[in-house]
Amino acid sequence: MTISHFSAVLLFSLFTSIVFGITQRAEPKKMVRFGALCFALFVGGTIAASWAMWLIKH
Amino acid sequence: MTTKVQVSAAVDGKTGSRDAAASGASPVVALVAGWLVPGAGHLLLGKWVRAALLLVSIVGMFAIGVALQGKVYTPNTGEPLDMLGFAGDLGSGVLYGLARLLGWGQAPVLVAVADYGTKFIVVAGLLNIVAAVDAHSLASGRKRP
Repeated sequence: MTISHFSAVLLFSLFTSIVFGITQRAEPKKMVRFGALCFALFVGGTIAASWAMWLIKH
Repeated sequence: MTTKVQVSAAVDGKTGSRDAAASGASPVVALVAGWLVPGAGHLLLGKWVRAALLLVSIVGMFAIGVALQGKVYTPNTGEPLDMLGFAGDLGSGVLYGLARLLGWGQAPVLVAVADYGTKFIVVAGLLNIVAAVDAHSLASGRKRP
């Protein structure tokens, strides 16, 4: 099986955010919100780091 | 001297323990079950939606890691980083045993995507430990159900 780097980021972020949401909050609504926040931070952080590395290289 | 907050926490703790007792799972049983099978600790406590999501997430992550030809660490290699990887992999419980039994993840890692696979497998184990500890906290009343 081969996946793109971005697909790997999305899958990693999705699964990790689900577990973080369930385990780090007590109420269902807060679980969803925290999971969504984690997902956005994972993906956004990776994109930001990618651009930072591109800028350092160029 | 006992403050109102302490009394409230003690009452909550008792309520949580009562809920756990009603579900028939002790904290240690929930912890061990959750470690062996992802989501099983929550299932014993009657949290079947959470259990299903944890099962899909952790097993999915482990399966993707294996499919990407990630490495499954073995004990006694002598390398400190390998030992840490082994500790992380061991968190997957029966999934790790299954992988060792079937010889998954024994090929050398040659491409970047396979290295991602190795990380997927380790993180699946670490997330399973977090989930098992959460089941323990729910059963003991430390976390409100």
